[in-house]
Amino acid sequence: MLTLERATVRRGQTRVLDEVSLSVPGGKISALVGANGAGKTTTLMTLSGLLPLKSGQAVLEGPDGDLDIARTAPDRLVAAGLIHCPEGRQVFAKLTIEENLRLGAFLNKDRRAVARLQDSVYALFPVLGDRRRSSAGGLSGGEQMMLALGRALMAEPRVLLLDEPSLGLAPLITDRIFETLVALNRDRGVTLLIVEQNAMMALEVADQGYVMAGGRIVESGSGKELLGRESVLTAYLGVGM
Amino acid sequence: MSSYVLQQLVNGLTLGSLYALVAVGFSLIYGVIRLVNFAHGDLMMIGAFVTLGLVATGYVPWVIIPLLVLVGGFLAGATIERLAFRSIRNAPMITGFIVTLAVSVALQNLGILLLGGQPRNFLFPEVFRARVNLGPVQLGVIDLVIPAVTLLLALLLALLVKQTRLGLAMRALSENMLAAQLMGVSANRAVLAAFGLGGALAAIAGFFWGGKFGQIDPLMGLVPGLKAFVATIIGGVGSVMGAVVGGYILGIAEVAFVGFTPPSWSGYRDGFVFVLMILILLVRPQGLFGRDEEERA
Repeated sequence: MLTLERATVRRGQTRVLDEVSLSVPGGKISALVGANGAGKTTTLMTLSGLLPLKSGQAVLEGPDGDLDIARTAPDRLVAAGLIHCPEGRQVFAKLTIEENLRLGAFLNKDRRAVARLQDSVYALFPVLGDRRRSSAGGLSGGEQMMLALGRALMAEPRVLLLDEPSLGLAPLITDRIFETLVALNRDRGVTLLIVEQNAMMALEVADQGYVMAGGRIVESGSGKELLGRESVLTAYLGVGM
Repeated sequence: MSSYVLQQLVNGLTLGSLYALVAVGFSLIYGVIRLVNFAHGDLMMIGAFVTLGLVATGYVPWVIIPLLVLVGGFLAGATIERLAFRSIRNAPMITGFIVTLAVSVALQNLGILLLGGQPRNFLFPEVFRARVNLGPVQLGVIDLVIPAVTLLLALLLALLVKQTRLGLAMRALSENMLAAQLMGVSANRAVLAAFGLGGALAAIAGFFWGGKFGQIDPLMGLVPGLKAFVATIIGGVGSVMGAVVGGYILGIAEVAFVGFTPPSWSGYRDGFVFVLMILILLVRPQGLFGRDEEERA
């Protein structure tokens, strides 16, 4: 569905991604884990066409054939169903909740369809519906995560990239978000790539996982497998056993 | 109120309208991409000379000319963005600032090359120059038309920003360009539109400026452009209605300064405008209607 092949990205003199290859199979949940600064966010930014590749390739299987991500404008990737829910949520704090959701479906010109999508997001997260006309800046961290996720759903994603969905959230809310993600994959067949510092959480729900360190992929396997490897947990993820 | 005072008020409203028309575009452009565009005032000059050219053909009816000036201003603004500003969009702010100064100087000199540095007479048709009596005050028709058109255009722009899909895209870009692009908003298209709309409003201000003051020249946009910048700052950068109110405050204050101080002081009118700006900023650094930047999450 989505692949990176020997992708190298530079920022100044440093290689922030060093020949990274990974593939995100359609209909599955993939996890990308690793310590801070390992290159996880850079990988997602590259996959959604926001960072130029120095070498290598990024490809999205589209409904009308493969798209070379490096040569496709970000809005065309969105139109092809590749949606990126960014780190730190990045909701539009000055805009209302409703406007945030409408932006999620920005490329959808069918007003009725947008209204239907909006209602389904409010059904999923009633707290958003109750405050649809207030500005998103007033929401709590957990509510903002719900809004960011709802906004991503407005685009009817085929592939959803999530950057640190659990960041700064209370455990109960994190559980709620992960439940929603798993249901999204199970019920609607949305392909997920989840970047997480909370590796245990992400690997538990993932069909397959990659571990990053220093801009490289250092381990890969099924989620269960990686969770079982003590070397992975201690060396890269800082989980004491 | 004496008729002299009323007359000054009318003059202030007219001048304020012209500042407001330029300030609104300035504010819109800054709002969307945080670019302080010092070339914006020169769009006034382009609008004025487009008018002169259209009149010189002798074929274009007067009703059509303002519409063509709006279209010409839109195209000029958009073209300048495409050629000069797109490539530096993600550059540091200071780079953008310098480039706008360069574009401003280039436009002025292009004007001098093509049209000569001499001021040219600019005559509106009889309809606009007619005068009407309103109680004790005698008004030019143009003094009524300018504020009416200004308020109408500002209202339309505010509606566009608040209600349309393009406006939503602009507000999203204004707050977070990266996140807006992740939504599928094309920054290129929305930024081009902001420059086009700003250009159209500045061009129509140039059209009115010529009609009101009777003379145009290639450097005419410089000082009004700077004052529109002041008006924007007074109103609070990034707010359409703030820019309009800032324009009127500035226009009325400037006319009052000239009208109610000894005639020998009138040479200090530009100085007065900038001192006024400094005083307002001392009291309200974010402008009268601006929101604190720190308020942003």
